[in-house]
Amino acid sequence: MDEKNELSLESLPMVSVRDLRVSYGAVEILHGINFEVNHGETLVILGGSGSGKSTLLRTLVGLERPSSGEIWIKGKNIAAISQTELDEIRKKIGMSFQGGALFGSMTVGDNVALPLREHTKLEESTIDIILRLKLEQVGLAGFEYYMPSQLSGGMKKRAAVARALAMDPEVLFFDEPSAGLDPIIAAGIDQLILELKSAFRMTIVVVTHELASAYLIADRMVLIDKGNVVAIGTKEEMRSSSQPRVRQFLDRVAEPEVSRESDYLTMLTEHRRRSG
Amino acid sequence: MAQYMVTESVTEFFSQTGQSVTNTFAYIGALASLAGRAAYYGFVGPMQGKPLRLQRAVSQAMEVGVRALPILSLITFFIGLILALQSAYELSKLGAMNIVPRAVALSMSRELGPLITAIVVIGRSGSAFAAEIGTMKVTEEIDALETMAISPIHFLVTPKFLAMIIMLPCLTIWANFMGILGGALFGVAQAGFTWMGYIQASIDSLFLRDITTGLIKSIMFGITITTVGCLEGLSTGAGAEEVGRSTTRAVVMSIFLVVIVDLVFTGLFYFVGGR
Repeated sequence: MDEKNELSLESLPMVSVRDLRVSYGAVEILHGINFEVNHGETLVILGGSGSGKSTLLRTLVGLERPSSGEIWIKGKNIAAISQTELDEIRKKIGMSFQGGALFGSMTVGDNVALPLREHTKLEESTIDIILRLKLEQVGLAGFEYYMPSQLSGGMKKRAAVARALAMDPEVLFFDEPSAGLDPIIAAGIDQLILELKSAFRMTIVVVTHELASAYLIADRMVLIDKGNVVAIGTKEEMRSSSQPRVRQFLDRVAEPEVSRESDYLTMLTEHRRRSG
Repeated sequence: MAQYMVTESVTEFFSQTGQSVTNTFAYIGALASLAGRAAYYGFVGPMQGKPLRLQRAVSQAMEVGVRALPILSLITFFIGLILALQSAYELSKLGAMNIVPRAVALSMSRELGPLITAIVVIGRSGSAFAAEIGTMKVTEEIDALETMAISPIHFLVTPKFLAMIIMLPCLTIWANFMGILGGALFGVAQAGFTWMGYIQASIDSLFLRDITTGLIKSIMFGITITTVGCLEGLSTGAGAEEVGRSTTRAVVMSIFLVVIVDLVFTGLFYFVGGR
């Protein structure tokens, strides 16, 4: 019976988003998003600043509650489950935040060990082995006794990935993996994502606005603009797309800047309302 | 036209009053909910197999309690001395210098001991709670805890909560003692008491109730300070300047609410306990 269930889960997409709407107060940020993430694929969510892509990611991991719609992860609709059930799902997903979000008062090793100490009854010696393994996977072997403040930007992100990997997640979410890094370090993080994909056949969802990085790591891409999905497809499909909005983003055509003072003020108040 | 403007401003007055009453209740509700959840993880959770983070609570207790001792001792010693000077000013006219110990001991243990302790702790720890949690909010560490299925309240607030409700009464007892000692300095230097004589006179003038009411208040202060500090931290917006704002709000709000709680409990003890 259980085996049958497992099989049917396998055939389903890993993550499935249906008509997802998210609002902050009266302002709707996402207007009915639909897409799926298949097992073992890397999906890149592309979009400009203010497109709603970060909100989308936060909603996918349960940090924001959608106003309507469904998010199916591992056969559960996380938009409509209790906190306890959500926490069970969260133990099977990993999230790497933009700035790393490592706990500043703990060593790198303790950061990686935290989910293991919280959610498993493993011996301290076993946890020690696991955390060394995870750090080695991300190229930070031997850094377990460093404090996060002693690491560079790229190393912090790697450490955050190690922490996200600690519970052997089935889906890994990345928020802007290359933000704030120089091109060489950013390429290193892209390489790390590719390694995770090939070595562990992990399902990966990346939110970014970096085109080069997206083309390198993506199996499929979703382009988001003003809270709507503009296009979904493989790299090739995106490259050959003739949709004006896709072309504009991929060819980096500048948006006509606001020139009148009143327009600028409207834009600012609009932005403040959204971020506030 | 004039009448229209009057109606308008009256409407405005009522809508603003209504708004601030609603906001006040919402704030109190948020405080109560946070305190309730922190207490749940502190007292009920351990029985349901959600282990308590004793190590974190102990290190918080060290920070909140033990490290506050030097400054608290100094302040309450001086407060005791000031109280003795002030009461002696009036009592010397009546030739009743022998009730100075009684005046100091009563006002310290019933009121100033708990209150001064609370204010020192607000300055040292209430602000630190808001800044620590606020910074974690800004750097997405709180979000990270949640995505790892770790409750930020269980992980961050409960240890602080436990540390405060244990350490604040302890600090208060110490503050009472240091205040009496400060009074004794005046008593010995100016009023012809011996050290032992002064201390004995202080002890004789205190009933157990005088100390316990102060301690009950100090526990309530501890709950108030932790909850306000943590709530302000958790509701920090985006950006570093927001952390500063939360910290300021935490201090101002804590002082205000501590005084309110003080008033409520002092009133309660007065009417229920027969002074």
